[in-house]
Amino acid sequence: MNDWLTIAMPKGRIFDEAAQLLKKIGYDFTDVEESRKLILEFPEYKMRLMLAKPMDVVTYVEYGAADCGIAGKDVLLEQDRDVYEVLDLEISPCYLAVAGLPDKPLSKIAPKIATKYPRVASEYFREQGEQIEIIPLNGSIELAPLIGLTDRIVDIVSSGRTLRENGLVEYEKIADITSRFIVNPVSYRIKSQVIDPIITDLSQEI
Amino acid sequence: MANRLMFEKPLGMRDTLPFFYNQKRKAREALSNAIESWGYQFLDTPMLEYLETVGEASAIDETQLFKLLDQQGHTLVLRPDMTAPIARVAASQLKEQGFPVRLAYDGPVFRAQQIEGGKPAQFEQVGVEYIGENSIYADAEVIALQVQTLKEAGLDHFQLTVGHIGYVKGLLKEIFGDDQETSELFLRFLYRKNYVGFRKALQDTDISKEDQDRLKQLLSLRGEEDVLSTAKNITKNGACHEAIHELQQLHEILESYGVTEYVSYDLNLISHMSYYSGILFEGYAPELGSLLCNGGRYDQLLPSFQTEASATGFAVRLDRLVEAVNQQNAENNRTLILFDDRSFQKALKEAKDLRGEGSRVVLQHRNNIEEKALQNEEFTKLIDLSEGGADHE
Repeated sequence: MNDWLTIAMPKGRIFDEAAQLLKKIGYDFTDVEESRKLILEFPEYKMRLMLAKPMDVVTYVEYGAADCGIAGKDVLLEQDRDVYEVLDLEISPCYLAVAGLPDKPLSKIAPKIATKYPRVASEYFREQGEQIEIIPLNGSIELAPLIGLTDRIVDIVSSGRTLRENGLVEYEKIADITSRFIVNPVSYRIKSQVIDPIITDLSQEI
Repeated sequence: MANRLMFEKPLGMRDTLPFFYNQKRKAREALSNAIESWGYQFLDTPMLEYLETVGEASAIDETQLFKLLDQQGHTLVLRPDMTAPIARVAASQLKEQGFPVRLAYDGPVFRAQQIEGGKPAQFEQVGVEYIGENSIYADAEVIALQVQTLKEAGLDHFQLTVGHIGYVKGLLKEIFGDDQETSELFLRFLYRKNYVGFRKALQDTDISKEDQDRLKQLLSLRGEEDVLSTAKNITKNGACHEAIHELQQLHEILESYGVTEYVSYDLNLISHMSYYSGILFEGYAPELGSLLCNGGRYDQLLPSFQTEASATGFAVRLDRLVEAVNQQNAENNRTLILFDDRSFQKALKEAKDLRGEGSRVVLQHRNNIEEKALQNEEFTKLIDLSEGGADHE
């Protein structure tokens, strides 16, 4: 029986902050991102790191390819997967918001929304009593209202700089986003002896 | 729409090829023999049922149902589980026999996959329903039989986690009183496994600090039997104490059955928002990323078929069981020994030895096997005694 713990970590921005947090509780992964390896083993901790796209971390954890992971609340909201969301790590804070050109009302007929988060956007506008159409985009979402493709965008805002520099304004905030510690439902039970102390230690550092 | 290619199947539908078929058959037989030896009787029900009866009584969400129309325009469903059809049979045809009845089934159930693959939309369940007895002995029998069946199927490492919906609901009612909406909100957070949301929502309530702490504690009420007394101590509520008392009795009976090493307790286990009414459990194997089996007491199902009877039962996912057994049980593995003309004697001896130890061994001349067959992952171990091979001396 494998008693190692596999952790899915998001590559990029969140990784550094997450690694700093894990270092505080005794697991030092701070210099691993230099390499291009996707799976890294740490026999001293009996841990294996999987480096994944932030959007994919939750998928690996749901299917049990990783026991636990660190994922943004934005991804959890969008994908609605069967994982335990046990801790708010309070790192990489930002929020999901609706933005668009200033003083431009939503069009009356089939307003269009560009987003990387089709599910979150549809849900949000439905709750507001608006039926909208989603235009899925993968990046530089701010382009869409600028060139008249959509009325609004739904996207992550951290400093608001990208919006400002492109002459867009924020209309409504949808949800605050931070990174969460997530656990596969089976690992949560079967490996509780390894995972519980990590949760306890992490919660004391937050 | 583009024409389908010849090899395509609907999303989530899978073929069972001979190797896996054989393994499934063996696992099914092992489970059935164990279940029959406890006096349960097997039955079968139709694949198609009415949406308004079995479809609506089922614990499975309507969005996961495969629906079709019969020639009279009635909506039919492919059965999404076996519990609801069996409750229908028990409520109509078996009622005259007198309760309790012990029934069992094995058969395919259907749950549509909407987003992606990775999960089958048709899979086989083997399970039991113990209908018409509301005693702790019935709950214990079902859990003990669950352990027995898994062991008989060749699974050595697994864990059953037992909870009690009465405890969670009792605690929520004690704290939120008749404010069912708030109770439901917190129950949903538990069901959705969203502990972060649970804690945040607590801060937004106007309940006392002490009550907030008690609900936070609920999130960590899991572990061995001693967690039951911890759980008891955080409340004076009658419903909660009754639930704990039931779990403690259950533990004693499971001790007599000798199965407690497989059992742990978890008081925030919520397998379904409304289906279960008492003791419930889930089973896990370390090799699987998702549930192996689950079960529990469901006293509200038979009344929806106009029969007052309580019931409990379990269902095992046969496909997942086979996957776990394969990984745990080396007996299912096959070793391939490659030889050439020179190393035949040695290979033969090696094969004899391994076969003597109970392994399944294929003895194969190196030149006569295709590269593709060599990559075949059905061979779990390769011993290459041919010239240039890894084990060549």
